[in-house]
Amino acid sequence: MYRYDEFDERFVRERVAQFRDQVSRRLDGSLTEDEFKPLRLKNGVYLQLHAYMLRIAVPYGTLSGRQLRQLALIGEKYDRGYGHFTTRTNLQFNWPKLRDIPDILDLLADVEMHCIQTSGNCIRNVTADHFAGVAQDELEDPRPTAELLRQWSSLHPEFSYLPRKFKIAVTGAEHDRAVIKAHDIGLRLRRHPDTHETCYEVSVGGGLGRTPMIGKVVRDYLPKPDLLAYLEAIMRVYNLEGRRDNKYKARVKILVHEIGVEEFKRRVEEEFARLDGPSVNADPAEIARIAAYFAPPAYETLPEVSRVLEATKAGNPAFARWVETNTTPHKAPGYTALTISLKPIGEAPGDATSDQMRLVADLAEQYSHDELRVTHAQNLVLPHVRQRDLFAIWQKLGEAGLASANIGLITDIIACPGLDYCALATARSIPIAQAIQQRFADDERQRLIGELNIKISGCINACGHHHVGHIGILGLEKRGIESYQITLGGESTENAKIGEILGPGVAAEDVPEAIERIVEVYLTQRVGNESFIESVRRLGLAPFKAAFQEVAHAVA
Amino acid sequence: MAAAVKRPPLPAILLANDLLDGDIVFATAAPDGALVWTRDPAHALVAADDPAAERLEAYAANQLATNHVVDAYLVDVAIEGGLPVPRHYRERMKTLGPSNRLDLGKQAGEGIDAQSKRVSA
Amino acid sequence: MLLLDKTGAKADVWTRSEGAAIDNISHALVTWEALPEALAQKTRDQRIGVIIPNDISIAELKLVLRQLSLVAVSFPAFSDGRGFSLAKLIRNHGFTGALRASGPLIADQFAYAISCGFDEIELPDTSAGRQPAEQWLKAVAQISHGYQRGYGDSRNILDQRRAARAAGGAA
Repeated sequence: MYRYDEFDERFVRERVAQFRDQVSRRLDGSLTEDEFKPLRLKNGVYLQLHAYMLRIAVPYGTLSGRQLRQLALIGEKYDRGYGHFTTRTNLQFNWPKLRDIPDILDLLADVEMHCIQTSGNCIRNVTADHFAGVAQDELEDPRPTAELLRQWSSLHPEFSYLPRKFKIAVTGAEHDRAVIKAHDIGLRLRRHPDTHETCYEVSVGGGLGRTPMIGKVVRDYLPKPDLLAYLEAIMRVYNLEGRRDNKYKARVKILVHEIGVEEFKRRVEEEFARLDGPSVNADPAEIARIAAYFAPPAYETLPEVSRVLEATKAGNPAFARWVETNTTPHKAPGYTALTISLKPIGEAPGDATSDQMRLVADLAEQYSHDELRVTHAQNLVLPHVRQRDLFAIWQKLGEAGLASANIGLITDIIACPGLDYCALATARSIPIAQAIQQRFADDERQRLIGELNIKISGCINACGHHHVGHIGILGLEKRGIESYQITLGGESTENAKIGEILGPGVAAEDVPEAIERIVEVYLTQRVGNESFIESVRRLGLAPFKAAFQEVAHAVA
Repeated sequence: MAAAVKRPPLPAILLANDLLDGDIVFATAAPDGALVWTRDPAHALVAADDPAAERLEAYAANQLATNHVVDAYLVDVAIEGGLPVPRHYRERMKTLGPSNRLDLGKQAGEGIDAQSKRVSA
Repeated sequence: MLLLDKTGAKADVWTRSEGAAIDNISHALVTWEALPEALAQKTRDQRIGVIIPNDISIAELKLVLRQLSLVAVSFPAFSDGRGFSLAKLIRNHGFTGALRASGPLIADQFAYAISCGFDEIELPDTSAGRQPAEQWLKAVAQISHGYQRGYGDSRNILDQRRAARAAGGAA
């Protein structure tokens, strides 16, 4: 994991002092609310429905045990004893008081954390593959790039007042687990076919929200050392040319769409050619310095398959099911990457109590080289677990209600906080997720249905990524009541695809039945081992639409 | 955010967030008649006519300008059991708390002291 | 109006002229529209400055940069950050005269403005009344060094790390 040096430490401490001063200038009237709002947002402070909300950056989703334990402490001392992990791998507290936030920031700085640029019209927390460094399909670890970008984008003098928010994601693997094509910039590490050097494929203009778009490739092979200069060129073009007359047309995706990807590319390349790259880029020694922090931990030499694990699985079917759904093959023999589900049936997706955080922190320290990850699907990962330790971990998780065996299944639902907390929401998300989970709570049935991603957003801003869910649910207001629009066929992988609307919106209480009908079509028409999304691809929308319409009409 | 908001149909109450705490607060009349803030929605002063609504609006403008509250606006209410209840579900949430956590927010009595509750009963 | 630079409030030597009428004005600040005519009339001792909107094309501006002693970039709102990129482009095109950010900026943007190449800020009275020069001088020093190279701070963090490495210090 990356560790702060003296410069990082001073920078974050100075940022805390700066925010403290900004708050006091707000209170004495030097800053109006209109002036203060962007400043507080750039430090993760929102005003939500019931209270302030503080969004803490978890850069590329990586945490140590000590950091998670500190979050648990903050949750208890300044909040209500729980936090919410988001689809951008951050952590939100829902009830902090503005007067306490500078003190919370001090506690975060004590463990090398901050809230810098978790909101606002600036470059947001950079995300990466949550299996970075351990996935078998990985060419190169994306975290050094993400850390370089975290530093480069922090309090950037030129790019802190952009037309709109700007999100960057990085992956170094064959399979995209970071949804890079739904980001303003998506970076994919890949090998150049001739030089065999690692390069970046650069996509621009992806994004969900009101106008969902899949990112377009503007550079097939960007040499690694040129990254910062090239991003500076992209950001400069966007900052100058991005629309500022309409907030819904201000993302870079609209600029790319309006002038065309070729013209956008031409402007970027022109600026990139003109600017003095060497004066902007990080030197190779700096890149190597950062990369060194992400060297693999000292793995033990173990057999490929743990006999202890196999024996325990044989004697305990519930454990065996959990291992099957919640573990991912690891680069190192005898190890596994374990995903801890934050989706127990009936709980708010992504919520964890301070006690649960402390338990996971302990497990990370004891069993995973003091490292854990937050996933964009709002779960946690212990990335370096010996297979033979899985049973002990499972038992401890079970005591804390964290042993749900549902990763990737129908109850592993992504949901934004929705109108239960969010001031922007048009409808609730959490109760919808809970109702669907209740409906499909049966373990056997979930496994029979297999991989199925449901994603729920409580408004058009699409924090719940509903556009790229196999089944997407969007909460809207229709004539003074909550109404839910259902989409089908979205994908968030390297085959990223926007789902299509099935029909008119349905009432909250009818959503589980609508999902049931869609699932039934799949179960009756699937061929062989076909997954849900594969069936949707083969069958097209029509049979699902027909089944859905029955529900929509029945309640209309 | 501080800009003037269109007046909703009456009757209406004035709500806002306390600048320092973030809590939802409601305009109410103190014993001397002056407007003050309360955290208890049951105590919210109901404006039934234009002069009363104008008074709330003036109070909102003053309190925004003097950095006591943010996001202050009038909300139309129905009177149910003698108490004002916002007509729109979004504003109703503000008087209650998260619907998935009945143990939190105003619905759980947070920020509403026992004395104030007794008075409202 | 309050005019300030890194050392604090300062007097403005520039006079805004009506249209292109710059007779007898030693430092004449003209609009972009009036600039060609003003430059045509300019005498040897006169200094010309221009106030430009933030959506101007650098391709046009660069043709006249050498004849200007001041470029004032308008910030219609503090949240409109185009001026930062425009300043950077103006400096990248070799402009060495004075660069001014003009509009309702906030003190927290002072350091960014300087990093992007501005020398001074011209604030309307409504902003200056709430945010006196002392707040700007305090704000500008709150973050001692940033991470970005190429933004005027030769002691940026990446270069300090590089220097430490060169000196054989800790990585």
